[in-house]
Amino acid sequence: MMANIPPADHATFRCENGACWCAGDWTLDGIENFDARRLANPPPSGELTLDGSGIQAIDTTGALQLLSVIADLERAGCVVRLINLRDKHQALLDLVKERLAAAGTATVPPLPNRLEQLGRQVEFQALRAVAFLAFIGEASASLARLVLHPHRFRWRALFSDMETAGVNALPIIALLGFMMGVVIAYQGGQQLKTYGANIFIVELVALTMLRELAPLITAIIVAGRTGSSYTAQIGTMQVTEEVDALRTIGIRPMDLLVLPKLVALIIALPLLTVFADALSVFGGMVMAQMLLDVSFQDFLDRFPQVVTPTSFLLGVGKAPVFAAIIALVGCYQGFQVRGGADSVGRQTTVSVVQSIFLVIAADALFSVVLGGVGLWR
Amino acid sequence: MALNPTPADAVIVVRGLQTRFGATIIHENLDFTVQRGEIVALVGGSGSGKTTLLRAIILLLEPTAGSIQLFGQEIIGISESAAFRLRRRFGMLFQQGALFSSLTVRENVAMPLREHTRLSTGRIAEIANLKIALAGLPADAGNKLPRELSGGMLKRAALARALALDPALLFLDEPTAGLDPVSAGAFDELVVQLKESLGLTVVMVTHDLDTLWQATDQVAFLGERRVIGYAPMQELTHAEHPLIRAYFEGPRGRAAREQSCKAR
Repeated sequence: MMANIPPADHATFRCENGACWCAGDWTLDGIENFDARRLANPPPSGELTLDGSGIQAIDTTGALQLLSVIADLERAGCVVRLINLRDKHQALLDLVKERLAAAGTATVPPLPNRLEQLGRQVEFQALRAVAFLAFIGEASASLARLVLHPHRFRWRALFSDMETAGVNALPIIALLGFMMGVVIAYQGGQQLKTYGANIFIVELVALTMLRELAPLITAIIVAGRTGSSYTAQIGTMQVTEEVDALRTIGIRPMDLLVLPKLVALIIALPLLTVFADALSVFGGMVMAQMLLDVSFQDFLDRFPQVVTPTSFLLGVGKAPVFAAIIALVGCYQGFQVRGGADSVGRQTTVSVVQSIFLVIAADALFSVVLGGVGLWR
Repeated sequence: MALNPTPADAVIVVRGLQTRFGATIIHENLDFTVQRGEIVALVGGSGSGKTTLLRAIILLLEPTAGSIQLFGQEIIGISESAAFRLRRRFGMLFQQGALFSSLTVRENVAMPLREHTRLSTGRIAEIANLKIALAGLPADAGNKLPRELSGGMLKRAALARALALDPALLFLDEPTAGLDPVSAGAFDELVVQLKESLGLTVVMVTHDLDTLWQATDQVAFLGERRVIGYAPMQELTHAEHPLIRAYFEGPRGRAAREQSCKAR
């Protein structure tokens, strides 16, 4: 029976004239071109001997393949007897069989249907909204506690956060503020020029920038720059169990990680906004002189006549609210990180998207409410 | 004690290896050979360069000087495509598991298979299930994410991934660190069983004295920037070198030896 088995390179299985045999390398490489011509010659039912003496090498993948061949034959109604397998190969086959039996079969969890998915998503989002409110509450309570015990405040963390969030952001804020001023003056100036209303460029630039664009642009830059870094930092600390370590030492993560960031940003963002105000008005002045022949002198003479302190303060006054949104969302999303690297990335994205969305929503709300109480100018 | 056995049937041959980080020299003129079918442990004090040696052998770190041969092929200055083919022939279990956190255990195990073979998705899933079973995990563990696993299960899942391509050579970095004694013992048994049935060659970095006694054929002792002792455990504990004596003669070393003598 053994004599008529030809040698083979890759895993081969044949069932011919009632005799079945395997040959070749039953290894990961060998089974890539697995060669089974049993379908052409359906095996006879009843007792069947499978000669394994032609198998030159076998690894666990090959053993799995051999087991599945036997299972196929048995499903076709055969009683398979495996013979002439080398001792080492038999031992490996037994190991694989035993391990597979010990592991049991995996239960594949059924995919939830659409309605269930929708329900779960709604529940998840609702719970998250509640959790965010709880987080804001906890932060406020900690802040109140700190007002009562100011000596417990982390001043060092505050100043270092103010440096990274505020001072280090000056160049980018300056550049973008200046460019926004240039763009607004250019676009508006073209229209004003056709009516000969050149001097109104002052109103256009000053009011647009001071009341709306400078606070908004600054907040968006800070959300992308600082909010994301808050999430990534706290999220990574969450992954490496540093947050838990803080808790066991008896330091509230809220006190060390959130409050200094929150306070730092509430102080830094209005200052950055004033800076953006100045730079964007300067950008507008440069453009006014180049395009509309409105000199710096004329521009600055008219400026205090059209810009009331209220306009300036309303713009800057929005900044602390934006700052609180950015810091709270950034920190909250950091604490939402679970598991590993992918979660940090996901929460950072969510953090930036949410904080920019909420900043713009809050800005719209300001416009409506302030308009409602008659503070247009 | 033969420091340089003849590389007749050697899987790994390291000659005159030098590695350094900046001004710090980790290895100097290091020789190391691993014979086919053996379980070799790398031991030595902290900072003696065990993991660095392992990383140099598995092509993660370029040594400053010397030669390393894997399966008879020189790996210093190896081409990218030759390195790719070579990587298929060994598996590595990292100390912290290094499972990809966004993938389930089954997808983690399937990844090397998808990368290196042309098998169908269904076939790959079956093979991945087998490897998960071989590593001693229940089948349900395949659906889980790494963060949902305990430390011991994480090690086993990482072992399953290291075994994915049925490698002839397996590297383990502190396989039993952080495991309870029962799990650690079971892990040792598993490694010995895999070696015997699959003919694996295993190189591991370990501090676990029980593992050294129960699971190894040879132990290489790293110290003074080279291998200062290379022998079966029984022999190595009688070595005269002061560093080796200090390592094994502590109360823990003696306790592990007595226990192992009783077991025999």
